[in-house]
Amino acid sequence: MADDLLKPHELIANIKPRPPQTGWMDTPVKIRKGMYCYASNPKSVAALGFPNAREWNPLDEDWKLPPNWKEIVFEGMRERLDRFRTFKVFMDICVRCGACADKCHFFIGSGDPKNMPVLRAELLRSVYRRDFTTAGKLFGRLAGAREMTLDVLKEWWYYYFQCTECRRCSVFCPYGIDTAEITIMAREIFNLLGLNIDWIATPVANCYRTGNHLGIQPHAYKDMIDFFVDDIEDITGVRLNPHLNKKGADILFITPSGDVFADPGTYTAMGYLMLFHFLQEKYGLEVTWSTYASEGGNFGFFTSHETMKRLNAKMYAEAKRLGVKWILGGECGHMWRVIHQYMDTMNGPADFLEEPVSPITGTKFENAKSTKMVHITEFTADLIRHGKLDLDPSRNDHLVLTYHDSCNPSRGMGLLEEPRYVIKSVCNHFYEMPPNTIREQTFCCGSGAGLNAGENMELRMIGGFPRANAVKYVHETHGVNMLACICAIDRAALPTLMEYWVPEVNVTGVHELVANALNLPGQQERTTDLRGEPLPGMEADDE
Amino acid sequence: MNVNYIASLITVVVLFLIAYVGTQVVGLQVLFGIVIPYLALVVFLAGFIARVLNWARSPVPFRIPTTCGQQKSLPWIPSATVDNPSTTGGVIARMAVEILLFRSLFRNTKARLKGGERLSYEWEKWLWLAALIFHYAFFTVIVRHFRFFLEPVPAPLKWLQSVDGFLQIGLPGVLISGFALLAAVIFLFLRRVFIPQVRYISLASDYFPLFLIMGIAVSGIFMRYITKVDVVSVKALTMGLITFKPVLPETVGGLFYGHFFLVSVLLAYFPFSKLMHLGGIFMSPTRNLANTSREIRHINPWNYPVKVHTYEEYEDEFREKMVEAGLPVEKEPATGTSQEKE
Repeated sequence: MADDLLKPHELIANIKPRPPQTGWMDTPVKIRKGMYCYASNPKSVAALGFPNAREWNPLDEDWKLPPNWKEIVFEGMRERLDRFRTFKVFMDICVRCGACADKCHFFIGSGDPKNMPVLRAELLRSVYRRDFTTAGKLFGRLAGAREMTLDVLKEWWYYYFQCTECRRCSVFCPYGIDTAEITIMAREIFNLLGLNIDWIATPVANCYRTGNHLGIQPHAYKDMIDFFVDDIEDITGVRLNPHLNKKGADILFITPSGDVFADPGTYTAMGYLMLFHFLQEKYGLEVTWSTYASEGGNFGFFTSHETMKRLNAKMYAEAKRLGVKWILGGECGHMWRVIHQYMDTMNGPADFLEEPVSPITGTKFENAKSTKMVHITEFTADLIRHGKLDLDPSRNDHLVLTYHDSCNPSRGMGLLEEPRYVIKSVCNHFYEMPPNTIREQTFCCGSGAGLNAGENMELRMIGGFPRANAVKYVHETHGVNMLACICAIDRAALPTLMEYWVPEVNVTGVHELVANALNLPGQQERTTDLRGEPLPGMEADDE
Repeated sequence: MNVNYIASLITVVVLFLIAYVGTQVVGLQVLFGIVIPYLALVVFLAGFIARVLNWARSPVPFRIPTTCGQQKSLPWIPSATVDNPSTTGGVIARMAVEILLFRSLFRNTKARLKGGERLSYEWEKWLWLAALIFHYAFFTVIVRHFRFFLEPVPAPLKWLQSVDGFLQIGLPGVLISGFALLAAVIFLFLRRVFIPQVRYISLASDYFPLFLIMGIAVSGIFMRYITKVDVVSVKALTMGLITFKPVLPETVGGLFYGHFFLVSVLLAYFPFSKLMHLGGIFMSPTRNLANTSREIRHINPWNYPVKVHTYEEYEDEFREKMVEAGLPVEKEPATGTSQEKE
C-alpha cells in the first residue's frame, strides 16, 4: 500500500459534507495523485490497433490529442446515440431528482459532487445537450448545456475512471438510468482518442495475445496448475490429474486468470481442481481447462463493445475446437455480466454446443440453454442439492463468514441464492451484512471496471469504504473473520481494502470453502485447510 | 440567491403577465385564446411523437436489464418474478409497479455517517411520497379538466370530481387534487433549494417546470375559489376549440388567459425537456426487458464481424513451449519431428 496514503480516520474526515461554492460547470477538474490511474502504455494501445498510441501523462497540460479531437468526440457520440437506445434515452430523461446521489460508493466515500451518478452523467449530458438538442442550442447554460473543451474532456476522463460500472445507482433510479452504460460510452470515446488507462490497456493487449490478462504463456499456465496439484497433494494426500486443452472432454472450464496467479484466488483455483477431480473419480465427468481461453474476465468490456467481443470470441472458439458439450464458468464478476448479457448476442449462436445438462444430476440448466454457459455456483449448488458431494463442513469451523455479492452477478444477472446455498452447505458459521449493503443493493469493492491499480489507492479505499464499513459491522457484532465472494477482482481488491479498514478479516472465494469441506476419495486425514492453516482441533498435532 | 431558480421564476411571472396584459390591454384574445393553444397542442403532439420515434430508431443491441432480485435458474430456488422478471408477464408487472407506484424510488434511503465512522442507510420515503402525490394529483387535475372539453360530461368524470371533493368543504367545494398538486410542487421545489447536493445539480430547466406548474395550479385555484371565474363562458371557449368553432366570450378574464397560456407553454415545452421522462420510462432497456439473456438469444442488428486472435495464431506463437510443457497441439513443430507440413 502506498506510504503516503491517508489513515482511515483521515480519509473519513476528508469526506466533503457540502458541494463547493462554485457551480459544477465553473469548478474545473484537478487531477489529483492517488485518484487516477496511469496512462496507457503505447505498445498496449497499438497491439489491438487502437488510434493515437503515444506516451502521455494525465498530469501534463498537453494530452497529445489528434488535432481534430473535438470532431472525433462529436462523431463518436453521434454514432453511439444511433446504436444504443440506452444512451439516447438516458441522455434525455433524467429529472435530476437526486435519488442516486448517495447510492454511489465513490460519492459516499468522497463527498465529491461529481461522483454523484447524476452529476457524473451530467458531465456528458451537458455536451450532448449543446451538440444534439434544440433546447441546449437555444438556451445554453439555462438548459444545462456547455461547450466541449479540453478541460471538459479532462473532467470526463477523471470522473469516468472513478466509476466502477457497478450499477447500484441504476437500482434506485426511477427510470432505470444506468451510469455504467454512460461510463461505457465515455470510455469508448476515450479510446477513439487514445486515452485509456494502462491498468486496462495492458491486460487487454495481454489477453488478446496470450489468452489472459496477466500475459501468462501456456507453459507457465501449466506450471501453475502443476504447482497447485503439488500443494493439494501435500494437504490431502491425493494426486490430481487435471486436464488442459483436452479434446473431447465433457465440459470446458473458464475462469479469470487472477485465480491461478495471486492469493487468495489461488486457493479458489485449487478448489475448482479438487471439485473436478472428485467429479471425475466419482462420476467420470471430464472437465478441461484451456490455456488459450485462459481468461474469464474481459477488460475489453472496460474499453469498448468491440474490444469486449474480440476478447470474448475465444470462449466459443475454444469450446468448438475441443468439442466439449458446454462451458462452465468460474467465479468472476464482470466476466459474468459479459457472459450473461452480451456473449450470446455478440459471439453466438453457439449452435455447436449442447444445451447444458448436469450429467451427474440430470438437471437441465434451462436458464442457460442458448448461451450454453453455466455459472459454477449454479452447477455446485445443484450438485449439493442432489447430495452428490461428500462434504464435511466442520473443516470450515474456524471461519465465521459473511458474503459479498459482486456487483455484476447481482445487478446484471441476479445470482444471489446459489452462492449463499453453497456457502451455507459447506460452512457452519455464516452471517449476512445489513440488508442495504447486500444482494441487489450490494456495494462495490471500489476497484472494479479496471480501477484495481496501485497508483489510485486513495480512490480505491474511498470507493470501498461502504463495503468495508458493512464488513466491519458484522465483524464487530458476529466476529466475522472471513469475507467470501465470487469475483476475481474482489479477491484481488478486497484483501487490500480489508487490510486498510478491517484488518481482522480475510477474503476467500466460495470454491475454496467447498474444497475445504469436500472429502476426496482416498484422502489422508486433513489437518489443515487449503491455506495450510491448522483445522479446528488439529492445532495440537503441529506441536 | 441562485440564478437558476430566479430566472425560472421571473420567466414564469413574465409569461403570465404577457398573457394578462396581452389580452386585457392589447386585446390579443385571438392569439392567446385560439392561436397559441392550437399551436401548443400541435407542438406537443408532434414533438412527443417525434421524440419517441427518435428513441425507437436507436436499437437495443443487448439485453441488459438491471436485475433487482433472484434470477430464475434452478427449479428449487424461488425467483423474484417482478424485480427480476423472466417472462413477458413479469416485465409487464415490473413496468406497472415502476410506472404506477414508483417502485425504484421507493427503495430510496439516505446514507449518513453516524458517530463519525459508521455508515447507516436511513428511512427516506419523502421524495417517493411527494413524487407519487404530485403525479397522481396532476393526473387527476388533468382528467378533471376533461369536463371542459366534453358535453355532456360523462358520468365517470362526475364521479371523479365527487371523490376529489369528498371533503365537502366550502362553496364551490374544495377539490383536493389541486391543493395536493400545489403542495407537492412546493415540496419538490423546497427540496431542490434546501438539500445542498440537489441544489448543486439543479438546472434552470429543473426549476422552470416546477414554477410553471405552480403558476398553473395557483391561477387555477384563484379562478375557482377566489375570483369565481365564469365557468359557462370558459366552457364555451374550450368547447369552441375542441369542435374547431372557436369563440371568445367577453366575460372570460385575464386570469383565465394567464392560466391558459401557462398550460400552452407547458405543452409546447414538454417535448424539449426532461418532462419527456413520461415517454422515456416505457423505453428504458434496464427495466423493460426480461432477464432471459442466456436463455433466449438477443439479436443485435448492427453486430459486425471483428478481428480476433485465433487459436491457430496462438499455437503458432507458443507451439514449442506447449510441446515442451506436454500440452497437446494441433500441429507438431516443424523441427524435431519428421511430420510434413500440409
